[in-house]
Amino acid sequence: MSNPTPTTSEEVQLPGGNLNPVENKFTDRLSHVLADLGKNGIFIALVAVVVLFSILTNGILLRPQNISNLVVQNGYILVLAIGMVMVIIAGHIDLSVGSVAAFVGACSGVFAVQWGLPWWLSVILSLGIGALVGVWQGFWIAFVGIPAFIVTLAGMLIFRGLALVVLGNANIGSFPAEYRALGNGFVSVGDFELDPLTLGVGALAIVILIVQQVRTRRGRQKYGQDVEPMVWFIIKLVLVSAAIGFFTWSLASYKGIPVTLIILAVLVLVYGIVMNRTVFGRHIYAIGGNRHAAELSGIKTRRVDFWLFVNMGTLAALAGLIFTARLNLAGPKAGDGFELEAISAAFIGGAAVQGGVGTIGGAIIGGLIIGVLNNGMSILGIGIEWQQVVKGLVLLLAVAFDVYNRRRSGGN
Amino acid sequence: MTTNILEMRGITKTFPGVKALSNVTIGVERGEVHAICGENGAGKSTLMKVLSGVYPHGTYDGDIVFENETVEFRDLTDSEAKGIVIIHQELALSPYLSIAENIFLNNELKGRGGLIDWNKTNFEASKLLARVGLRENPTTKIMDIGVGKQQLVEIAKALSKEVKLLILDEPTAALNDEDSDHLLDLILHLKGQGITSIIISHKLNEIKKVADSVTVIRDGKTIETIAKQDVTEDRIIKDMVGRDLENRYPDHTPDIGEELLRVEDWTAHHPQDTSRVMVDNVNLNVRAGEIVGIAGLMGAGRTEFAMSLFGQSYGSKITGKVFLRGKEIKTRTVAEAIDHGIAYATEDRKTYGLNLIEDIKRNISMASLKKLEKYGLVHDNEEYAVANEYRKSMNIKAPSVLVKTGKLSGGNQQKVVLSKWIYSDPDVLILDEPTRGIDVGAKYEIYMIINRLAASGKGIIVISSELPELLGICDRVYALSEGRITGELPIAEATPEAMLKLMTMEKPR
Repeated sequence: MSNPTPTTSEEVQLPGGNLNPVENKFTDRLSHVLADLGKNGIFIALVAVVVLFSILTNGILLRPQNISNLVVQNGYILVLAIGMVMVIIAGHIDLSVGSVAAFVGACSGVFAVQWGLPWWLSVILSLGIGALVGVWQGFWIAFVGIPAFIVTLAGMLIFRGLALVVLGNANIGSFPAEYRALGNGFVSVGDFELDPLTLGVGALAIVILIVQQVRTRRGRQKYGQDVEPMVWFIIKLVLVSAAIGFFTWSLASYKGIPVTLIILAVLVLVYGIVMNRTVFGRHIYAIGGNRHAAELSGIKTRRVDFWLFVNMGTLAALAGLIFTARLNLAGPKAGDGFELEAISAAFIGGAAVQGGVGTIGGAIIGGLIIGVLNNGMSILGIGIEWQQVVKGLVLLLAVAFDVYNRRRSGGN
Repeated sequence: MTTNILEMRGITKTFPGVKALSNVTIGVERGEVHAICGENGAGKSTLMKVLSGVYPHGTYDGDIVFENETVEFRDLTDSEAKGIVIIHQELALSPYLSIAENIFLNNELKGRGGLIDWNKTNFEASKLLARVGLRENPTTKIMDIGVGKQQLVEIAKALSKEVKLLILDEPTAALNDEDSDHLLDLILHLKGQGITSIIISHKLNEIKKVADSVTVIRDGKTIETIAKQDVTEDRIIKDMVGRDLENRYPDHTPDIGEELLRVEDWTAHHPQDTSRVMVDNVNLNVRAGEIVGIAGLMGAGRTEFAMSLFGQSYGSKITGKVFLRGKEIKTRTVAEAIDHGIAYATEDRKTYGLNLIEDIKRNISMASLKKLEKYGLVHDNEEYAVANEYRKSMNIKAPSVLVKTGKLSGGNQQKVVLSKWIYSDPDVLILDEPTRGIDVGAKYEIYMIINRLAASGKGIIVISSELPELLGICDRVYALSEGRITGELPIAEATPEAMLKLMTMEKPR
């Protein structure tokens, strides 16, 4: 093929290639670190918030018991945040999750307490009801074409109302012990100062993380992709491993691994893979980025929208179960404001209002930032009114920072 | 002085990298209907935007003299104050407001206390409607009347501003015959009342009906102004196309094989106005290794045909048959069309072709993720390798495939779109305006890619509003007019004149 137009195509630019090889190594490394800082800005924000509050609270924030509490107290918000960020990436929103959680919590009370069904059957039935709620909302959004904002605003009212109907103006309480474990159970072995099981799982997690990271890096190199400099790679691994180690030690010196954490870990792992590595996940990003282009690429956008809401309904049900189990009570006020916390988590975690951008990990970190703020301010004895003001400002600033960042890098 | 109401002298307008108008001179006599003719992209609309102040004084060179006075408009309001009103192709009416409200939008009739006097508004509106011959209640909402009537409302709006020079940009492009006739009669009627009009059009019979003189523009230059008695179709066509075709197209020796795609009796209607036929009984075919062109003027139904064929992405009440290698196939959804080996690269890559906030790699894989799936997971290293291969072979100028497509130039974006479709491994590629908004060098590269695809045995359909482009790269060309195929010519017989004749051929009435 002869190509008459003079182009620079022949000298294919090498990744990170630079005209000046002397400068190359240092600037290359620096640019990697900077790019990573930009990408992990949210992670750094979490670290900053943790450091700030551990100083302000004289270290109470990082005490083993408090760390364990942080996970258990925020578990249901984090579960919701996972589903929410997926919905937001596709360009939708779900305002109904709090009401759905309350409704499903009430239903589970009827199953497990009033009817006396086995705990596992109650859980399965409850999750099924959550999925049906998702089918209902997904139908209106995907196949009738009503904006998700409206459908889920209606859902917020409908399912709050239905929760009250199911409860019959009373609280349902005293759930079976296995059920309660969802919210405040711990896994450990025997009576030790430091729980060996927890330590073992923590060590295993670190090993798996390192092996997986190294394999990914090798794979990329094999395919001639650009990878970060070895030094930076190792520093990052050491830092993350240290964080996991500290976290594990905290849990081990308290009561062991919270059941909520196990559920969360499985969800983060599974959904992380779904969003990054499966066709379904890719389609969600494609739809959020440009719905028309996705449709014209053969993506069945309606089907994806539908399943997204079924998924959200199921996760809202799970959050409802965890919350009910933790309180050991299904009440009419349950789930109040959950939707706002979940949405905040997704946006603080870097999701874009227009859709197409966001990660599961980001949403989790966003949720943790809110959790640490809640927890830290409570320890300091700051009133609920000021807590709300601070959380509102954090949300606003996080999104403003994101918008500013994107504009600066010429995203538009 | 002359009797000219308007003179534009030596107008030159440049955009970054492009000279859209070069030394255009035009004179419009008071009380006449003056037609401006030219191919798509010749510079007609740019000229009118200069005249009406959309491109303010200072962003162009040359002088505008209106009513013997040199004018320097800063915006539309300035030109309207002098009595120059432009009606764009896309009507600027608010669908949820009434006819009267639209007529007096930003020109509201206020009564005592600065409040809007609705009685007066509706009364004045009904007087204006009578002048344009529209029998509608002024309180009717715009969305409840057809496009033809909306056009009349636009004219009524212009009349409310005491218009002296009315500019109509392709006023009949979206109208049916009856509405078109009515509109043309109205223009003549207004001429009787002393209103000068400039009408931009490429419908030759229309021009002959209403115009007192015709100015032809080509490549941003005025070719000539022809007086009514000298206007002939042949002369206008010759003026419109007469450019030298340099060596802008790569050589192409066709190696044509079996028939790949055949479309029979393809008909599609407008998605909202389901009585309006947009694609009318189209029959065409493409063979392996063949590059087939579809030529048509704006509004001929080119994109409508392609998109209705590609998974019914456009239109309603679609009928007709599609055959792939002689076997009938269904293309009801985009996924089905892709599975059958049809690909469609859109004319509007930013809106319909690319996910601009995503990188090159994920855009290329978007239509074929199934291919990269292994044990239910997308093999992302393989994806990277594939994308990188296309980056090299298609010469996409980016440091890596992780660059977001929103940051690429038009030509490189188009190469990403083409890569996406080539990777889906289709038998037939429909390329809609593949070189729109792309600079000359990149255009040549795109032509080379098209040739390469044809040489590999694929069937290519190229839709383009640039006739020279089609004549330069195709083996066979269809002409489309008003949704119908009005002719089919092998490239040897397809002269620009013959093609334009077919492209402007109208339905027998």
